[in-house]
Amino acid sequence: MEAAQNFMELSKQVVGFIYPNEIDIQWSILIVVYPYITGLVAGAFILASLVKVFNVKELQPTYRLAMLTALAFMLIAPLPLQLHLGRPERSYEMFMTPNLTSAMAMFGFVYLWYLMLVLLLEIYFEYRRDMIVWSSESTGPKKWALKLLSLFSTDISEKAVAFDKKTVKIITIIGIPSAFLLHGYVGFIFGSIKANPWWSSVMMPVVFLFSAIVSGIAMVMLLYMIIIPLRDGKIDMKCLDRVASFLFYAVIVDFSIEVLDFIHRLYESEESIKILSQLVETKLFMSMVVLQILLGMLLPLGIMVVIKVFRLQEEVRKLLYFVCGLLIQLGIFSTRWNVVIGGQLFSKSFRGLTTYKMELMGIEGFLVALALLIIPFVILSILIKLLPPWKKGELAGS
Amino acid sequence: MDRRDFLKHLGWVISSGGILGGLSADAWAKMLNKTYDTTKHYYGMGIDIDKCIGCGRCMQACKTENAVPAVPYYFRTWVERYVIKTDRTVSVNTLNSDEPGDVLVEKDVLRSFFVPKLCNQCDHPPCVQVCPVGATFKTDDGVILVDSKRCIGCRYCIQACPYGARYLNPETRVADKCTFCYHRLVKGLLPVCVEVCPKQARVFGDMKSIASPLGRFTRMNKIHVLKPSLNTDPKVYYANLDGEVN
Repeated sequence: MEAAQNFMELSKQVVGFIYPNEIDIQWSILIVVYPYITGLVAGAFILASLVKVFNVKELQPTYRLAMLTALAFMLIAPLPLQLHLGRPERSYEMFMTPNLTSAMAMFGFVYLWYLMLVLLLEIYFEYRRDMIVWSSESTGPKKWALKLLSLFSTDISEKAVAFDKKTVKIITIIGIPSAFLLHGYVGFIFGSIKANPWWSSVMMPVVFLFSAIVSGIAMVMLLYMIIIPLRDGKIDMKCLDRVASFLFYAVIVDFSIEVLDFIHRLYESEESIKILSQLVETKLFMSMVVLQILLGMLLPLGIMVVIKVFRLQEEVRKLLYFVCGLLIQLGIFSTRWNVVIGGQLFSKSFRGLTTYKMELMGIEGFLVALALLIIPFVILSILIKLLPPWKKGELAGS
Repeated sequence: MDRRDFLKHLGWVISSGGILGGLSADAWAKMLNKTYDTTKHYYGMGIDIDKCIGCGRCMQACKTENAVPAVPYYFRTWVERYVIKTDRTVSVNTLNSDEPGDVLVEKDVLRSFFVPKLCNQCDHPPCVQVCPVGATFKTDDGVILVDSKRCIGCRYCIQACPYGARYLNPETRVADKCTFCYHRLVKGLLPVCVEVCPKQARVFGDMKSIASPLGRFTRMNKIHVLKPSLNTDPKVYYANLDGEVN
């Protein structure tokens, strides 16, 4: 009875004709959260790699924070996928009998490669010396936790530390294409679905990648601006300006690619253009035109232009950077929403639109999604406690 | 023999006949099953739009035969009703789906017809390509099936299907779709939708046999498939299909 009622309610909101099986939205809010999270991972890592590979010295204060942020989000990334499966107890099948023609089958391998070989290894070598020193200075469980994390190594000779540094650099060099792979791959999962004209685009992996870089840099910038004052430190304005500068360029590239995609679709004006226009004008107007484009892209872009053109005071700059960071997070989350949910709101008959009614409590509901977005910050706070990204001198701004 | 005895005997005869008949049907099916060789067949379906009267018996029979959830919005096969009006606007709705169909004034209607839909059993199936665990697969005789014991319920196949032929079964939590009634095929029986169609709008057959009903259907009609530009190579062939249908 409940199902029938649910159907009646949904069918009232259907516009035009949809295939009967399309009344259900298959990929819910959890699948919106998933690319958002992996995007943050890839973006944060790219920011970190600017320090190690491209020697952008001003960004050094954000390096370790960016790595820990990437790790905190990466640990949670598979959870939304796992929770959304119809038969979660069978997810191991993806490792046991992967179908090699399936883009999705590669998820586990791309994930493990990135987590194990890039993030964990790089963080290990970056912190190895410090962990040995800190464990000798601390007592109780923290001492043992650090000992365990350093894999009981004890060598802090110059030679060993030099080896660590070299290794970190090599891993970062491998890490950059891996980060591109991680998020470009997520874009490919959507972009390769020829049945869905909203998704099917060769630009999809590229759009995903640059929006990932944008969201990751903005997230690290926000975290840096929040955590440093909390730890009684002083925000390094040179660093912040430089981060914001990279963010500005990333937003411009991201915006250009999205505009190109948009114009291309409009100009080619294929069979699906009518229903897609209707989709954007009605069901996605708020989340796409207002949140993604106006508030999440154009407004921060405008603010950053103002900051670049006028020499504003430090405090004003900080405030504006912070606002930009928040707006960009909102914008990128909306981008993910518009791709994932938007792509399912129109019928593949191109004759109608359906609707998505988000649950509040259920396993694929709003609260679970919210929890999945909060947990990474909890993990990050533990990581920061255990592996402080800054030394006392750095916090004071020296 | 009085009337009572006669009826008694008649009862015996009918019931034993039924049992014997059932046994022989079963034996026949078993024999067919034993000799069934997947490599010797390649199945497809023909649908003649001009013959469909929109009675919906195929939809009902399919739901019963395949235990498709009774809630109104899951279908392995369904029938769409197209109305093209004189002002060239098109209105479509699914039969039996509680959608209010348009109230029509005859002079406003240019043409109107029914389109039975089902899984197209594509020769290049996108659902098989994207399934991460290989739970969706193509049999030697050309039918796309879902291994419900392996499917993880990720629903990527549902996204990849251009025809809306798949759904997530709410009871088993795995992907579900038309199988051409594969359990019947291996017994030498027809898919149930074909069997119950009172107008023979659905024609089933073996594409490896030129003498099969499908062979004749594709010889005698001009054939079209759905969404040919997607290169999925459907094996459901439509005769007299209108260009408006997608």
